[in-house]
Amino acid sequence: MRRSLARSALLLGALALVVASCGGDDDDDGGAAPTEPAATDAPGTTGAPGTTGAPGTTGASGTAPATSGEPVTIEWWHISNNDPGLSLWQAVADEYMADHPNVTIDITVYENEAFKTAIAPRLQAGDPPDLFQSWGGGGLKEQVEAGLVRDISAEVEPWIGDLNEAAVGMYQVDGVQYGVPWDLGMVGFWYNKALFEQAGIDAPPATWEEFLEDVQTLKDAGITPLALGEGDKWPGMFWWAYLALRLGGVEAMEQAADEGAWDAEPFIQAGTELQRLIDVDPFQEGFLAAVWDGAGGQAATMATGDAAMMLMGQWAPGTINANSPDGNGLGDDLGWFPFPAVEGGAGDPTDAFGGGNGIAVGKDAPPEAVDFLKYATSLDVANRWGETNSGILPVTTGSDSSITDPNLTGVLDARANAKFVQLYLDQATTPELGAVINDAVAELYGGQASPEQVAQTIADAAGA
Amino acid sequence: MPPGPDGTLASVERRAVPSGSPPTPHPDAGRPVALSPVGRGRVGSVWRKRATIALFLLPAVALYILFVLVPIFQGAYYSVFDWNGLAPLTDFVGLDNYREALADPDFLASVRHVFVIVGLSLVLQLPFALGLAVLLNRKFRGRAVLRLLFFLPYVLAEVITAVVWKLILQPGGMGDRTLELLGLGAFSHLWLADTGVVLYTMFLVITWKYFGFHMILYLAGLQQIPQELQEAAAIDGASKWKTFRHVTLPLLGPTIRISVFLSIIGSLQLFDLVWVMTGGGPLDASNTMAVYMFDRGFQRSRFGYGSAVAVLVFLLCFVFALGYQRFVLRRDVRGALTSMGAA
Repeated sequence: MRRSLARSALLLGALALVVASCGGDDDDDGGAAPTEPAATDAPGTTGAPGTTGAPGTTGASGTAPATSGEPVTIEWWHISNNDPGLSLWQAVADEYMADHPNVTIDITVYENEAFKTAIAPRLQAGDPPDLFQSWGGGGLKEQVEAGLVRDISAEVEPWIGDLNEAAVGMYQVDGVQYGVPWDLGMVGFWYNKALFEQAGIDAPPATWEEFLEDVQTLKDAGITPLALGEGDKWPGMFWWAYLALRLGGVEAMEQAADEGAWDAEPFIQAGTELQRLIDVDPFQEGFLAAVWDGAGGQAATMATGDAAMMLMGQWAPGTINANSPDGNGLGDDLGWFPFPAVEGGAGDPTDAFGGGNGIAVGKDAPPEAVDFLKYATSLDVANRWGETNSGILPVTTGSDSSITDPNLTGVLDARANAKFVQLYLDQATTPELGAVINDAVAELYGGQASPEQVAQTIADAAGA
Repeated sequence: MPPGPDGTLASVERRAVPSGSPPTPHPDAGRPVALSPVGRGRVGSVWRKRATIALFLLPAVALYILFVLVPIFQGAYYSVFDWNGLAPLTDFVGLDNYREALADPDFLASVRHVFVIVGLSLVLQLPFALGLAVLLNRKFRGRAVLRLLFFLPYVLAEVITAVVWKLILQPGGMGDRTLELLGLGAFSHLWLADTGVVLYTMFLVITWKYFGFHMILYLAGLQQIPQELQEAAAIDGASKWKTFRHVTLPLLGPTIRISVFLSIIGSLQLFDLVWVMTGGGPLDASNTMAVYMFDRGFQRSRFGYGSAVAVLVFLLCFVFALGYQRFVLRRDVRGALTSMGAA
């Protein structure tokens, strides 16, 4: 009896200890300012903007008056985990630190998916890095609502005009700037010129009906027309979203985003048109389980010439190369054309579906962090990114000429012509709704739902 | 997670009893001593002993509370909120998350998949492992090599297993080519891409991965059975089958019960193999409860809902584990305890 009493007392004691330590952690979130610079930023941020050194200059030398000159450490998480991006960002940080001896930039690099996992606990703890990878859209909006990112509108006002407007808009929530873009690409068709020739197709299709005819022609020639990694789900969503954009235009997209009208006519029609394609059975064998990047996946199928084309973003060439036996991909046989116009659709045929990379500014970031972004998106740095021809399409005005790869130039031209760029649906919406969209469209590919059901499922989830 | 809570706790207590009073086999033996003339000194030493126990237990208990109990209660707390993991916990929804999960056909399908795996494991995998163990328990040349070979898959990391099998099973991959070479090309399937086949493909890989583990368990059990009993049965004229059925199998009972327990708990928590090979797809056809939970919670940032699913999975495992210990493992556990006390 007494023995068990002692034991429970002991357990209770230990419990109290643990609870106490947990409680302490929670208090930290709200209370103490985590870093020295964070404490000084409040007075600095509001006063300074507008007086920065000559706008549009490329150098990092113009010191922003907002910064204090005291030692500051900027924590930066990015996902350019391969060269050339990895070294380039490091070099950019090193140059900035050389010009600003009081600033230390502490870089942590993650792989794309690993980043999402790693950032979650930091955000939940209310302690975001000063600068971190962002795709804008719905994910950023959630961070804004949780008060985890900082309003930088005033600080970037002098120079943000040098960046692509559509890209800049993706990092705004209700007109307030919370991050800065440095890359904006778009989805289009990557095709194997040799296979097109073999099937007797001499020009890429300009309309959806022509496209469907070409698919049939390729099939008749014994060539698998399309590669798709539907195991990842988002590659299939591109098709549905692009068709919806062509059919319904900006208006339908905005209504869907604002009012949850995902069951409007253009979205059902998009499903119907996609169904026409799926019914031809144009994809490689086992596409429902295939991934985008990996053995037997979408990129590998393209790389080995086992399919004639695919719908994918500007990063495709790099992944195709990485998934080819010799690392060189299709070489000159790889071509690009934009998503064709859809007859009778309300959308402008130049409207694009895309997205890119940006850097969000954490709630406690010092002014130096924002000043660094000015350098990171300067024309000089943007040109260096462009010269890598690695699929990164910098957004700084004047940097287009730095890109020499003919396919990427094609993407760039299409981007320049686009009057509207719709951000990827799974990034424009909340992660939750994005996943529902991906799932619902996947059921269309699997023959488990009708176009109406797909639209209804998404609308139900958006309304909930 | 579930064998942890009660398994670990039980072992902690069990360990506490013998180490607390090594010379006296009976735990209550200390009490009358406290009334004896030298009472004060003895009471002090008893308390000192208890303090020592407490001190040694403290790290384990603290870790256990911090990493097992606290997360369980936190999970239960989160599960009544609609929470995206970022915003403050303000959107209290009561039991809505539970209602949603229990009404979601995808979740119910994932529960069904798990039970299909459990059923197949019990009916096919474990008897297969037992058969192999019986064969490998005989004396013959190369026995050690064969044991090693069969056990090898279990040593591989889950993720490596999954990646390798994914390569083998992809369309036109090694699996299909081998079938073609054997003239069985007609049997080739879209192993991972066909919604009607993928669950059984997963079971195949799970069996390949884990039968060696159960085989080793059975081998260990078989070697505890005294040779004399089988000899006696043979002398009495029992056939090989009868010896196995009436001597070996009953004596192997405790091992089999543990093996079944581990197999079921393992299936209920099945995650890594499925996650890497199919991600639960295509179209959720190979979803398990753990994959569903991870997908809803982490992939979709619905931490409240994910927690509710986690609590449901936990309850299922916990109730099963308790029931199994109470009704099936009772004799085995009691035997272990009494033999420990007597020693």
